[in-house]
Amino acid sequence: MEYVTSLLSLALIASAIRVTMPILLAALGAVYSERGGVINIGLEGIMIMGTFFGAVGDYVFARQYPALVAAIPDLAPAAGVLAAMLAGMAFALIHALVTITFRVDQIISGVALNLLAVGLARFLNILFFGVATQSPGVSGFTPVDIPILEGIPVLGPIATGISPMILVALLLVLIGHWTLLRTRFGLRLRGVGEHPRAADTLGINVYGMRYAGVLISGALAGMAGAYLAIEQAHLYFEGMTQGRGFIALAAMIFGNWWPLGALGASALFGYFDALSLRVVVLPVPSQFINVLPHIVSILVLAGFVRRAQPPAADGVPYTKEEE
Amino acid sequence: MRGMRGVGVLALAMVVVLAITACQQRAQQPAQQAKKFKVGIVYDVGGRGDLSFNDMAFAGLEQAQREFGDRIETRDLEPTAGGENREELLRLLAGENYDLIFGIGFLFTDSISRVAKEFPNVKFGLIDGFVPDLTDASNIVCLLFNEHEGSFLVGAAAALKSRTGVIGFVGGMKIPLIEKFEAGYIAGARYVKPSIRVLSDYAGTTGEAFRDPVKGKELALAQYDRRADIIYHASGGTGIGVFEAAVVKKRLAIGVDADQSLTVKDDQRPQILTSMMKRVDVSVFETIKAFVDGQYKGGYKNFGLAEGGVGYAENDYNKDMIADIKDRLEDLKQKIVAGEIKVPASKAELDTFLKSLPK
Repeated sequence: MEYVTSLLSLALIASAIRVTMPILLAALGAVYSERGGVINIGLEGIMIMGTFFGAVGDYVFARQYPALVAAIPDLAPAAGVLAAMLAGMAFALIHALVTITFRVDQIISGVALNLLAVGLARFLNILFFGVATQSPGVSGFTPVDIPILEGIPVLGPIATGISPMILVALLLVLIGHWTLLRTRFGLRLRGVGEHPRAADTLGINVYGMRYAGVLISGALAGMAGAYLAIEQAHLYFEGMTQGRGFIALAAMIFGNWWPLGALGASALFGYFDALSLRVVVLPVPSQFINVLPHIVSILVLAGFVRRAQPPAADGVPYTKEEE
Repeated sequence: MRGMRGVGVLALAMVVVLAITACQQRAQQPAQQAKKFKVGIVYDVGGRGDLSFNDMAFAGLEQAQREFGDRIETRDLEPTAGGENREELLRLLAGENYDLIFGIGFLFTDSISRVAKEFPNVKFGLIDGFVPDLTDASNIVCLLFNEHEGSFLVGAAAALKSRTGVIGFVGGMKIPLIEKFEAGYIAGARYVKPSIRVLSDYAGTTGEAFRDPVKGKELALAQYDRRADIIYHASGGTGIGVFEAAVVKKRLAIGVDADQSLTVKDDQRPQILTSMMKRVDVSVFETIKAFVDGQYKGGYKNFGLAEGGVGYAENDYNKDMIADIKDRLEDLKQKIVAGEIKVPASKAELDTFLKSLPK
């Protein structure tokens, strides 16, 4: 009962930050992809690949270079994250190739990726580890303390012993926002998402930019998966993404296709999720909280909350006219 | 193990060769001696390598293969990740004239009832599922466990070991089967220490709730934050997250189904007080044994404390931890077996049970 009063307790916020991260990273990835004009509902599948290859990279590196890992323990999880990002990019490359070069419907390709990932992860897991559904345990990053804040005792839960990946993710959001808003790359990426024909006329490589957007989204979604496997559960477990890739899409929509918006939306979803785990007596059933992200995105898309402003050419394959 | 299997394969090959030669020599007579019983298993979602439920079923199958290797041949199949094709797999085995087929897990309940009707000559074993109105003559035997009795003992262990007076329970999918674990656990804890507080949480309301270690970890962290110092999980793969949380908070956890001290990561091992063992392997083996001996009976078979079907785990890692409470647990076990303590098997029975306890 005492817990009902502490809706803003720091332990709750720390929990909210932890459950926000995978959604945030994948949502950030989705922003890049859709800003370039490619809808990527294959995020869930890419995340599954991320969880699997994150664990594999971590595990294999720790086995191959035990001396190195003994000296610097963080190398193994770093290798896992790198493997997950590369696997995510490889998986996203399929999406890019199919939708950009061959102009297949982007939704169909995304659905196919999600289905493929489930089977592929199981197949590869049997191949690597001899069992169907889980990897051996892997090590995570050494938790870090935030300088300055760590000295304030009441901030203990959110300033000490946190995953370095959380800090990296927040940094990536800021970089992402600045990139899209202020850099040449960002402007061009948005250009091909808004009006590919105009961008093409100005000499921008539409296909190249779109490939870049999709590949970045693959890397980030892969990283989101790696966070789940390496930092949260310390192993790969089949089905551990639990639909977070779809919630990330909802967060991106609610965040109006901007990195900072995605951060706000993910944090909101994460907060409610943590709330449902921590508060004993909720005024609404916990199932309601689970569907909240999807209801919110429907409301946004339907224009009830505010006008959704997706990139104008989002989801439309671009055909370069024959010379 | 591999050697044994090699021998088995060799023996099988020889039998086949003999059978063929026998057939060639006396084509009219059926080769009675070479007839082997075919035993199949279809796993639950999670599949082989889950280090608990399904692996224990496989262990039972393996044991049967070792003991009756010359009289049975076995096959085990895994459903897809969501388990949607479990009925097809049952039908596949039945169609290939398997004699005895096991469905591992309550999710098989409907599928087995349907397939058993279509193949009246095939016998089925259903772990954890309840099909109503079965008789000795039915071709389904429901293998049920008194999980509440085992949970009672680990609940008592948790209450006796708790320093804070608060203990926790993390369940997977919120269904009567898992509530049975919870009811027994709470009953055991309150029986030995009426003042104990038990926190309960469930990971969800679908099968996905058994494979969400991330949520399991957050739920357990929340319970540890609320001063629980021992958490019992009955949540399959979700429980891996509970063990992770125990490592982070340096508190204790209790495993389920298999002796989980033996299978978890090294750093989690010291955090596991004990495990509530559910001997799926025993039930599978016993059923195959009965079948081979011609004693197979349909209906219901209960595996409780008395039959050695459930219990708490003791191993090299937790021996010292539970040494001081072992006598007490054995005493409780005797009382349950003797019927002096009637352990509640549902939330409703739990309420009655708690009211009957001396204040």
